[in-house]
Amino acid sequence: MPREQKIALAVMAALFALAPLAVYPVFLMKAMCFALFACAFNLLIGFGGLLSFGHAMFLGTAGYAAAHAAKVWGFQPQFAILFGTACAALLGLVTGLIAIRRQGIYFAMTTLALSQMIYFFYLQTPFTHGEDGIQAVPRGMLFGVIDLSNVWAMYITVFVIFIAGFLLTYRVIHSPFGQVLKAIRENEPRAISLGYDVNRYKLLAYLLSATLAGAAGATKALVFQLASLTDVHWSMSGEVVLMTLLGGLGTVFGPVAGAFIVITMENYLAQIGAWVTISEGVIFVICVLAFRRGVIGELGGWLKKAL
Amino acid sequence: MTEIFGVPTQALFGQLLIGLINGSFYALLSLGLAVIFGLLNIINFTHGAQYMMGAFVAYLLTAKLGLGYWWSLAIVPLIVGATGIVIERLMLSKLYKLDHLYGLLLTFGLALIIQGLFRNEYGTSGLPYSMPEALSGGHNLGFMFLPNYRAWVIVASLIVCGATWFIIEKTKLGSYLRAATENPALVQAFGINVPRMITLTYGFGVALAAFAGVMAAPIYQVSPQMGADLIIVVFAVVVIGGMGSILGSILTGFSLGVVEGLTKVFYPEASNTVIFVIMAIVLMIKPAGLFGAQK
Repeated sequence: MPREQKIALAVMAALFALAPLAVYPVFLMKAMCFALFACAFNLLIGFGGLLSFGHAMFLGTAGYAAAHAAKVWGFQPQFAILFGTACAALLGLVTGLIAIRRQGIYFAMTTLALSQMIYFFYLQTPFTHGEDGIQAVPRGMLFGVIDLSNVWAMYITVFVIFIAGFLLTYRVIHSPFGQVLKAIRENEPRAISLGYDVNRYKLLAYLLSATLAGAAGATKALVFQLASLTDVHWSMSGEVVLMTLLGGLGTVFGPVAGAFIVITMENYLAQIGAWVTISEGVIFVICVLAFRRGVIGELGGWLKKAL
Repeated sequence: MTEIFGVPTQALFGQLLIGLINGSFYALLSLGLAVIFGLLNIINFTHGAQYMMGAFVAYLLTAKLGLGYWWSLAIVPLIVGATGIVIERLMLSKLYKLDHLYGLLLTFGLALIIQGLFRNEYGTSGLPYSMPEALSGGHNLGFMFLPNYRAWVIVASLIVCGATWFIIEKTKLGSYLRAATENPALVQAFGINVPRMITLTYGFGVALAAFAGVMAAPIYQVSPQMGADLIIVVFAVVVIGGMGSILGSILTGFSLGVVEGLTKVFYPEASNTVIFVIMAIVLMIKPAGLFGAQK
């Protein structure tokens, strides 16, 4: 890891470790869940060049699965999170096999349509309780000993999951696998002619991204003790695109910064209803027209370092 | 009462009719998307919002100026198409050299803005829009009751789709358009103003969406969200048909509407998802879509 990224990582970890002294911890936990979600999404678009417009299906599926496991089956939290993540991974495998058959714009439309199908499934199936969602999910005892209803225990758990997920994406991006992905993004025919099985790489990237998004969703369900349709809706898929775009596509720290900015904005704008949607739309337009490198991308460009 | 496969014919034909109506809108909207994509290489995510604008402008023309349905049908596509031209000139035209995905993101953002603005102004509940006098009532065909307005929607959308097909495939203007889709630089070299053609094409695609919106206003309630979910279904329709062929878009739109209607009769639980399931199957068997060519 280059020096400037080490510094940035240390700053980020320190910020999230110390921030709860000044900021409402539930808000920070939400920010970390979305940051992990955005990192997972960025793995796919930033390094694989695949724009998924249906990532909410993984967030929501893992959330429902974890919530159901914890509430109805009485799973311990670590198993509930693992179960939710595994369900998202399975969904990633199935939808990935379908979606990677098309590229570019068609890939985006296909993932959007698939996630809409999943949305309707959850809307109708009884175990999700429709519009109410799965409420009052018990946080339970981590490993049977740590009571997660204590906000600090929960905070540390989320912090550990987030940092572990972040480091995992970092490792993937900088592995030979990540390099091949970048090669495919830059020039797919060339990668094929070099003998790489492009579809297998894409599927694996998609699967990894789905799994990490699932980890974020499962954790989020335990934090808020709720799994609802909001997390599967297409607007959630749009939101993660926005976070990543705003932070900087293909940067290491961009998704985290983007998630933090968007969540903060929503927090303050929530009182004035539809203005959240409008301001999100405006940010999209500005980012695409004038600010394509995103916050962290611009910062990195200014410092002449890759962040 | 007569039955087919254990289903009363009344219900069967009723759902078939609804399917054809929905299919009309799928066809009109996916046709607009295909026309825009052909020349601009952009998937117009704003399409659903522009369809909604069509319905709203029609509603406002009636409420504020007292102009009826027929006036709206003529004027609204021009008004909304003009806003499309402004969007193309100010924003989309800056993106043609970039990855196509940026076009998708920009139009998604625009859709959020437009839908949010209308929601702020008019709330989420639907507004009623009355049917034109001349088309109220209906005919009893013996096996079913056919409301006149619904018959009109199907006929009108068939005519508009057919006319679009004719313009693009059979006229000189259309041949310029198809040539510019293949090789814009060469067409420009022949002295044809390609940027203006691109602008007008976008305006035309948007006008088609607005036309669909006006026609939808008396059937569905006019509400800010009316286009949001519809556009996702239309995306699936486009993936199934492939955007390579105008006729393909029209045919896919209508037949998927009918399939959806039939699903409502035989297995209602799946009626929301059937189009997406078909999309998944088509992608597995023929990834380029039914009428598409794999690039």
